[in-house]
Amino acid sequence: MASPSTTADAAIPEKKGADDNYLTHDKGFASWAFTLDHKRIGVMYLASVLSAFALGGFFALAVRTELWSPGKTIMEHDTYNQMFTLHGAIMVFLVIIPGIPAALGNIILPLHLGAKDVAFPKLNLASYYLWIIGCICMLASLAINAVDTGWTFYAPYSTTTQTAVIPAAFGAFILGFSSIFTGLNFIVTIHKLRPPGMTFFRMPLFVWALYSTALIQVLATPVIGITLLMMMVERVFGLGIFDPALGGDPVLFQHFFWFYSHPAVYIMIVPAFGVVSEIIPVFSRKRLFGYQFIAISSLAIAFLGFLVWGHHMFTSGQSVLAGTIFSAITFLIAIPTAIKIFNWVSTMYKGRIHLDTPMLYALAFLWVFTIGGLTGVFLAVMGVDIHLHDTYFVVAHFHYVMMGGAITAFLGGLHYWFPKAFGKMYDERTGRIGAVIVFIGLNLTFFPQFILGSRGMPRRYYNYLPEFQGLHQLSTIGAFTLGMGFLLTAISLGRALKHGKKAPNNPWGGVTLEWTTVSPPPYYNFHTPPPVTAGPYDGYEDLVYDEKIGGYVSKKA
Amino acid sequence: MSEPSTETQAAHKASAPPPAVHDGHGHDDHGHGAHDPIHAANPHLAHHFDTPQQQFDAGKLGIWLFLLTEVLFFAGLFCAYTVYRSMHPEVFVYAHYFLDTKLGALNTCVLLISSLTAAWAVRNAQLAEKKMLMINIVVTIGCACTFMCVKYVEYAHKYHDGLLPGHNFQPKEQIWELKSFRDKHPEAAEYAEKLAKLDEKKAAPAAAAPAGAALNPAAPGAEAATPGKVEEHAEVLERPTEEELEPLLAAGLVGPRSLDPSAHISRPRMAHVFFGIYFFMTGLHGFHVLIGIGIWVWMLLKAAKGHFGPTYFGPIDFTALYWHLVDLIWIYLFPLLYLIH
Repeated sequence: MASPSTTADAAIPEKKGADDNYLTHDKGFASWAFTLDHKRIGVMYLASVLSAFALGGFFALAVRTELWSPGKTIMEHDTYNQMFTLHGAIMVFLVIIPGIPAALGNIILPLHLGAKDVAFPKLNLASYYLWIIGCICMLASLAINAVDTGWTFYAPYSTTTQTAVIPAAFGAFILGFSSIFTGLNFIVTIHKLRPPGMTFFRMPLFVWALYSTALIQVLATPVIGITLLMMMVERVFGLGIFDPALGGDPVLFQHFFWFYSHPAVYIMIVPAFGVVSEIIPVFSRKRLFGYQFIAISSLAIAFLGFLVWGHHMFTSGQSVLAGTIFSAITFLIAIPTAIKIFNWVSTMYKGRIHLDTPMLYALAFLWVFTIGGLTGVFLAVMGVDIHLHDTYFVVAHFHYVMMGGAITAFLGGLHYWFPKAFGKMYDERTGRIGAVIVFIGLNLTFFPQFILGSRGMPRRYYNYLPEFQGLHQLSTIGAFTLGMGFLLTAISLGRALKHGKKAPNNPWGGVTLEWTTVSPPPYYNFHTPPPVTAGPYDGYEDLVYDEKIGGYVSKKA
Repeated sequence: MSEPSTETQAAHKASAPPPAVHDGHGHDDHGHGAHDPIHAANPHLAHHFDTPQQQFDAGKLGIWLFLLTEVLFFAGLFCAYTVYRSMHPEVFVYAHYFLDTKLGALNTCVLLISSLTAAWAVRNAQLAEKKMLMINIVVTIGCACTFMCVKYVEYAHKYHDGLLPGHNFQPKEQIWELKSFRDKHPEAAEYAEKLAKLDEKKAAPAAAAPAGAALNPAAPGAEAATPGKVEEHAEVLERPTEEELEPLLAAGLVGPRSLDPSAHISRPRMAHVFFGIYFFMTGLHGFHVLIGIGIWVWMLLKAAKGHFGPTYFGPIDFTALYWHLVDLIWIYLFPLLYLIH
């Protein structure tokens, strides 16, 4: 099946045998460090992002441990401020934003398109190294005197505090360029490298999601870039644009910041929608319901996402009229989001549901994202927001969306594509146990925070009233449960890399193009460019499970 | 013209022989693609593209997207400019007298010429006119360097005159002493001088107030002059005419209460913000010019090796597009910063 015999296969060097794949194609450090292969760059992203996730998770546990009891538990209040700032900045800029698009997207997008690579392989590698530089800058801030502004870098505190704001902000600035270049690369790839026969409405939904995400990355990220640059220059030269003491306007900073950072929320969650759209039909053995609606709703979310930044500023003194408009548009976002949820549920209806690990994560996603999304609608109501603004209710809401939504889908996608990317099967039982522990830990950590917030516990506080202690302790127990779940999953996947069974080409019975090539894919992805004659979710009935290889094969073959 | 008139047509002439020299600029790591006839005939065609046309189209879309991000990047600054100009219009009127319109206009011309030669260079690349291509790139680089030199002269003046952002803003001259102001509003300049002298006299008796305190918005010295003194000096100045007062009002040098001729004169409190915005915007633009020079030098080296022809001229095209954008941003900066009314 993988023998290089046709003329199209001439691209594969003769000396390498049928077993040649992108992991074994070249050896040595330089072959990875200077690779232009999208799969290798994706794998490097994956390793880096997961390391950053471990670091951000460590800070989260430090924060939760400190909150075990009122007053000092393990650290001083200044250290606490630094801990939650680093947790937020690392998780947002280093983990969630590049997580699905840059790590999973890099590995999967060209495979989904039947292409040999992304449009600009050198730019792709440059994006990765920009990520590394940004990461080093963030860590430099940690080493010097960790930033304590919160991940939002609000002026004028950020322009006056004694901590090392500049390295952290410069890191975020550089990471922004990494994100822009990845987005740009993906848009061009999707427009110009689709195979003959693949129209826009024959693209898998993960590709649609990456496309919508890339549009936001390209259109919103430059604004945070210039904002952070202005903030840094203000800090050094006393520019006077944001600091009221110099005649500046701090609300202008908030407008600039949220003009990027609200769309950035969709940079984090829209790719997760894409992953879930891939997993659900495969494990329901059923054609995806409402394909076009899901595809267009991603674009609708991307578009509306640009018009709602003011809902972060209901209490910042903007006019009631502006607040009302922002509030109304925020409600609108619930529509495309609900369209997706209903379509996924409809896909499962009367399907033959297989509860494999990726599907467990997808189901967990549906549960937690629905909670996270609906509480977002609560917060979009101005009157309610005045009560809940800057409380743990907001913290719980965005953790249900970011952690429960984006990270759960990321893990689901990781388990779904792991056999394809690395050619090894993980232990299914451990994977399922990990998924369940993560789901329990997640709800245990963040559900009590809804109650805390609605009772008035403000976010980012070091100390609290004794009456909140029970719920805080529940949340801390949840955080450690979550940590155990991640640790178990990490060990399981790590073991699979070394000792896993060889993965079949199509372990789950997927019908998108990546499952038509070998696992792991050869250097050029496809020995012959795959023909596209049908939609991305047609043809489950043509596949049959083969016990011998532990995967699905075509009935015709 | 008998030559193909659009880039697309030029790119379609795929039968033209490829340039003889191959410097290995292709994707070496992936460089196995040269087996099929299209890749064999086009040494600059990357392995993952099927045709030169596809590669060119991808590059073109990529550069337009990049330019879009550049526009948005600068948009943040233009937005800050708009907010501050609407909040403090007097600061912008006041500060623009310090800028040298002639040098700004010179730089505008220099950049326009460079855009012409950049566009011309694209044509040369399409037609494989190696010599003209190199000449045009060299002229473009020359113009860019001229721009930076003029910018250096302007910055040096600002530095010398203490026109720096934030805490470092310590202007050595008052605007009514500036030629740009005197030429435009001679009556107002004279009146302002009288007002300033009056302020000095008022300040002199107050021993605690340092010289020039009247011009320092932070010092209350001028206001604190005894009422008797003010009455005495009030006779020195007549009620100002429209021509005398309007320019001073517009530049925020006197408040509306200066209808009372005894009021003092001082620069607007937020004057330093203009120079913050000025240095930020022109500095960021200058940085883009420097990057542009770097890319043009790289293009010159590639051109010297004879890389460009009808099937491969994308890099020149994309560099020129970037250059036009840098030019365009200056076209906006010049009136917004130098030509304020």
